[in-house]
Amino acid sequence: MEMYRSHVMICKGTGCNSAGSERIAQNFEAELKKHGLENEVVVERTGCFGLCALGPIVIIYPEASFYSQVKPEDVEEIVKEHLLKGRVVKRLLYAETVAEDKIKSINEVDFYKKQVRVALRNCGVINPENIDEYIAFDGYKAIEKVLTTMTPAEVIDVVKRSGLRGRGGGGFPTGLKWEFASKSVNDKKYVLCNADEGDPGAFMDRSVLEGDPHAIIEAMTIAAYAIGADQGYVYCRAEYPIAVKRLTIAINQAREYGLLGDNILGTGFKFDMEVRLGAGAFVCGEETALIASIEGERGMPRPRPPFPAVKGLFGKPTILNNVETYANIPQIFLNGPEWFASMGTEKSKGTKVFALGGKINNTGLVEIPMGTTMREVIFEIGGGIPNGKKYKAAQTGGPSGGCIPAEHLDVEIDYDNLIALGSMMGSGGLIVMDEDNCMVDIARYFLDFTVDESCGKCTPCREGTKRMLEILDKITEGKGEKGDIEMLETLAHTIKNASLCGLGQTAPNPVLSTLTYFRDEYEAHIKDKKCPAGVCQGLAKYFVIEEKCKGCGICAKQCPVSCISGKPKTPYVIDSAKCVKCGVCLEKCPFKAIVKQ
Amino acid sequence: MAEMTFKEKMDKLDHIINEHKQKPGALMPVLNDTQELFGYLPEEAQKRISEELNIPMAEIFGVATFYSRFTLKPRGKFTISVCMGTACYVKDAQGVLDRLKKELNVEAGDTTTDGKFTLEATRCLGCCGLAPVITVNEDVYGKLVPDDVPDILSKY
Repeated sequence: MEMYRSHVMICKGTGCNSAGSERIAQNFEAELKKHGLENEVVVERTGCFGLCALGPIVIIYPEASFYSQVKPEDVEEIVKEHLLKGRVVKRLLYAETVAEDKIKSINEVDFYKKQVRVALRNCGVINPENIDEYIAFDGYKAIEKVLTTMTPAEVIDVVKRSGLRGRGGGGFPTGLKWEFASKSVNDKKYVLCNADEGDPGAFMDRSVLEGDPHAIIEAMTIAAYAIGADQGYVYCRAEYPIAVKRLTIAINQAREYGLLGDNILGTGFKFDMEVRLGAGAFVCGEETALIASIEGERGMPRPRPPFPAVKGLFGKPTILNNVETYANIPQIFLNGPEWFASMGTEKSKGTKVFALGGKINNTGLVEIPMGTTMREVIFEIGGGIPNGKKYKAAQTGGPSGGCIPAEHLDVEIDYDNLIALGSMMGSGGLIVMDEDNCMVDIARYFLDFTVDESCGKCTPCREGTKRMLEILDKITEGKGEKGDIEMLETLAHTIKNASLCGLGQTAPNPVLSTLTYFRDEYEAHIKDKKCPAGVCQGLAKYFVIEEKCKGCGICAKQCPVSCISGKPKTPYVIDSAKCVKCGVCLEKCPFKAIVKQ
Repeated sequence: MAEMTFKEKMDKLDHIINEHKQKPGALMPVLNDTQELFGYLPEEAQKRISEELNIPMAEIFGVATFYSRFTLKPRGKFTISVCMGTACYVKDAQGVLDRLKKELNVEAGDTTTDGKFTLEATRCLGCCGLAPVITVNEDVYGKLVPDDVPDILSKY
């Protein structure tokens, strides 16, 4: 490998990429050439650094200078000052890294300080399109160890002892899953990777595939050896073009190096894999639906048992793990299961990646040891709520999960604690909501999602979620009546008990959880016909505050239905009966004299 | 490169089918590539796939209508996807969608009469750090407010 004195790492994850990081990379290459530095400094396009809110991000090593929100026109200055003269361009650094007298390392910054990167360890550190960089960071060392020194039974034992549980949501012990499949006797077995990351608000799997695709190939090969499989498939969302491209490049490179194919590392072990694309169906994240989809059918779940470990893809024993689960595997073999099990809580070991989104300052990807509190994640790592607003709830687990209100912020994050609170880990989306978000509206939003994504195979999910949505629509439109809440609860319990797959069994969770913690908001909608957060348009009422109104008449002129009347220089009045709640008056009033309630 | 004629596309389809034919579960990759080639799944293409892969039309129709990425109707030149994922939703993606509907005079899921834009509300695009987000074909626009809409449309 070539040696360079400096490395310019440019984030090419989806977030930074759409903020223009390719142009920045090209400018760096052009500027370096101009100054004759192209043989001393190398530009690398990497995966996600995690702090998407501040993209595009550029990190320059060996100093580890963290430049944030870089613009293409800033590149010239960085090259001239930093790379030519060795003077870090302070004004472009991420403000948190600049202390009065010195520049802090990235690891001292609040956002990174409490993070422990296992699944994300190579994201943003290596060029994912270059297998040599992965190898330089201990890549394919675990598979070498496994194939040359361990028996399949020993491999399964290591995974079991690590305590690793499925990161896709359910939290099933990974080692146990592998053991079941290894015990099924068959001439053909399959290893699948679930990269159909459909939970709204979760994007860690995409970041791993974009930033460290070889880790997934290595882990799947280890899994194949453990259960005796020779073929693997990665089922990936078609909505992730960069991830698909990098994974395909990685598979081809691994084949070239003899790390996939008929005789891996000369040991005679045979395994190969290919990428299969989804086509936009959330239910395909469910294992039996995903299998049906790879088989070329409608992605509808099948009853279990038989479990895929016994009868899966094309009727053969199959294991299916999520991307983040696989990303942990090589590390477990390199550092030992005890190292992995030393992190986390009693029943949830290791780390978990969360995608922070919504009303939070540092949106992006974070990886924390299990057992970290919600408060630490949201207020220390996430930097709290923007614009001085008040925290209301965090939503985890997407459409299968629930809300965590302020009184439970000190809960230690692990699988079981979140379930006890009526939410779940899910794949790790964490959406923060502030006082301006209406919880009934959020519940309605998730039900709308599940109604749309229900595959229609079983009645409780197909019909039940639809009836729940109709009630929620009614409530948010101001037509709620006594008995609606009770009906929602009855439906929810029936759907949970009677649905065929995980989608239906968890679909009512957003409603049940908001009913537990924010029942008063439902009641306000139904009894008082009020939306406390002022979100539900059907319930909104606009008022003129008499004391503030100067009688300028701008609102009356702007109103599209002429429902505002008054004389100049005296307070105007809105006729609620005629008002269509468009909000134009509130927007146009120069004195902030109009309020929505 | 000049736009391919329908017949040329049908010839290309034969290549696609041949490329995947031997794979187990070939229908999904074939439909994905066909969707990309034509921009939708024309009936004639479905018939060809049915004959070549020996799968009944009814089954192909079943699969084609199950997945949201497959469409049976031609789409506009540009597809505008408004992300309705949770992060975007709590940051007023609805306002952006409403403005697009107003500016383009179409409902979500429809194509403008001049065939230029198809508007759709989509599932999480996974760039939650930039919420609310829309994409116009491959271009991504983030951190939007409804008033940004006319500017974006004027670029196409």
